[in-house]
Amino acid sequence: MDTDIVAEDQAILDDIALRLSDFGRERGNLIPILQMIQQRHAYLSPGSIKMVAEYLEIPTCEVYGVATFYNQFRFHPPGKHHIKVCLGTACHVKGGDIILENFERKLGIKDGETTPDKEFSMERVACVGCCALAPVVVVDEDVNGHVAPSKVEGIVLGFQIEKERQEREKQENESG
Amino acid sequence: MSENNSKAEEIVEEKAEEEEQEKKKEEKVIPYLEDVPFFGLQKLIVLKNKGIDPELIDEYIAKDGYQAAAKALLEMTPEEIIAEMKTSGLRGRGGAGFPTGLKWEFANKSEGDIKYVLCNADEGDPGAFMDRSVLEADPHAILEGMIIAAKAVGAHQGYIYCRAEYPLAIKRLNIAISQATEYGLLGNDIFGSGFDFHLEIYQGAGAFVCGEETALMHSIEGKRGMPRPRPPFPAHQGLWKKPTVLNNVETYANVPQIIFNGGKWYAGIGTETSKGTKVFALTGTVKNIGLVEVPMGTSLRTIIFDIGGGVPKKKKFKAVQLGGPSGGCVSEEFIDTPVDYESIAKVGAIMGSGGMIVMDNQTCMVDMARFFMDFVQDESCGKCTPCREGTRHMLQILEKITRGEGEPGDIDTLEELSEVIKDAALCGLGQTGPNPVLSTLQYFRDEYEAHIFEKRCPAKRCPALLEFEVDEEKCIKCGICFKRCPTEAITWEKKQPAKIDKDKCIKCMTCITNCPSDAIF
Repeated sequence: MDTDIVAEDQAILDDIALRLSDFGRERGNLIPILQMIQQRHAYLSPGSIKMVAEYLEIPTCEVYGVATFYNQFRFHPPGKHHIKVCLGTACHVKGGDIILENFERKLGIKDGETTPDKEFSMERVACVGCCALAPVVVVDEDVNGHVAPSKVEGIVLGFQIEKERQEREKQENESG
Repeated sequence: MSENNSKAEEIVEEKAEEEEQEKKKEEKVIPYLEDVPFFGLQKLIVLKNKGIDPELIDEYIAKDGYQAAAKALLEMTPEEIIAEMKTSGLRGRGGAGFPTGLKWEFANKSEGDIKYVLCNADEGDPGAFMDRSVLEADPHAILEGMIIAAKAVGAHQGYIYCRAEYPLAIKRLNIAISQATEYGLLGNDIFGSGFDFHLEIYQGAGAFVCGEETALMHSIEGKRGMPRPRPPFPAHQGLWKKPTVLNNVETYANVPQIIFNGGKWYAGIGTETSKGTKVFALTGTVKNIGLVEVPMGTSLRTIIFDIGGGVPKKKKFKAVQLGGPSGGCVSEEFIDTPVDYESIAKVGAIMGSGGMIVMDNQTCMVDMARFFMDFVQDESCGKCTPCREGTRHMLQILEKITRGEGEPGDIDTLEELSEVIKDAALCGLGQTGPNPVLSTLQYFRDEYEAHIFEKRCPAKRCPALLEFEVDEEKCIKCGICFKRCPTEAITWEKKQPAKIDKDKCIKCMTCITNCPSDAIF
């Protein structure tokens, strides 16, 4: 298992090394490089941050300083399904905090955490800019508008059913 | 027999009534667009091109697109452009309202070969989406505005700082830039005028404070997005210490039409001190949610009730929040205030970037203040102490009050802290951060007092101050709460009032928000 993780990490680092040459070594490219890494690999691993620091010839702590300043960057791998609960003003007025609480209860994790089975991760965001649909929840890339506590159950249940269906098919395929 | 007759008569009467209604329906004609208040009361300048295909430059050109840029590059000197902008009276639409012509003049007069033109598309105010709509629906208008600004100040490189949360806007801007470059409207020797201008997109990484100009520039330089004290102002020392002009999306979208139609035309719209139109993102408990563009000086009442269609039935208008976390609430008493920079400031709010959130009597103003303070505290960059520490203390006090642990004297402490933060914070984020607290204290002090002294939330929004019990007299025995409860904590049978099992209740508020007779307290 450990060797798998190491191998996976190495694959990520190799990929990053390949892409880094697209960028100049100027300090102004730091944020675009971090964005590229996160877009390709969903989070910034300690190894990748060290690599960026070496490439731009700045201290690792500087890279951490910038990366932790911005909300966009994650330092742990997110779950298979990433849930963003909007807590902008319009969503707050329409009960966005209640929706967040419902997700927290349903999934048993807090804002910014990932479920132990790595299926779901959740974060609160300030505003996704579709206030007309408040309260809004963005699951992966899908925008869910007018979310009510009962809809929260529905969203989570939908994924669970889908997962069970896939497992069943897999089993059937294996046995058949 | 007589019974039958009367029945027949009834039927005849019913038929006659039906016919009359049918007639009425026929008489009702479809109104013209301008007779519908939602459309008739708006004036579209920034949103003029709504409905065109934003991914096709030809559609923009067909709507007189790039004519203003041609005029500016081929016929006008930088001084003439600046003079036209000053005549128009356009003020920055990002919120602060600094005269755009003046800003350009400063940058024009700054010495240096290299200058930059930046567009602030880091729209971070929760509840505001004007810039996103313009970026997504009419990206070329921003490009054209920036070309004109570049000529006016003598810049040859521009950046659009767009937040990464707006992927569609970034995609469309990229398409717009490549199409404009292909047509020779960006790049070297635009229109054969000998003027060069190159444009790039820079993706923000999710920090509200990067909407502040010096913080935004630090972010482009690849640093932590922290503001610095001014002066020197960006017009003298901005991006990479070169003279820089930074304007908001909506400001740039106004520029081509000012140059095309003349500054005098623009100055003819609006009020004495605030010219032109303003786009608002109308949201919250209001019927018509969406963007509205109105001439400056239109009253809040017209926007919310005539254009917005008012508050949905069964709910009552309570206040409108303007300017997001830097702004404030305006109560019903001042709803006739015209929207212009000065009048709005007088009633304790700010024009801001244009977020307008309508709140009904189910919104608790203390909770609202807590919400904004939570946001400001979270987004405070931590550089200056008043903002970093002060907002944290204010948030703690507000949380305490909403938990029902408020003490006498808390309101005084809040006011004192507010004044210190306003005076001493480094940038606009901190200086305006206490505004939501101050304005709710100004208009809804009684709600704060009810929380502190009576341990009661009048709007029924703070779970810690609610009993979660059913008022059997008020209960209409409909069973809605029973059906909606996610934890099955409510028992109900037909024709019986509902009962809440407090051990199972998680205080999620579902029953309270859905109760039609306001029977749960």
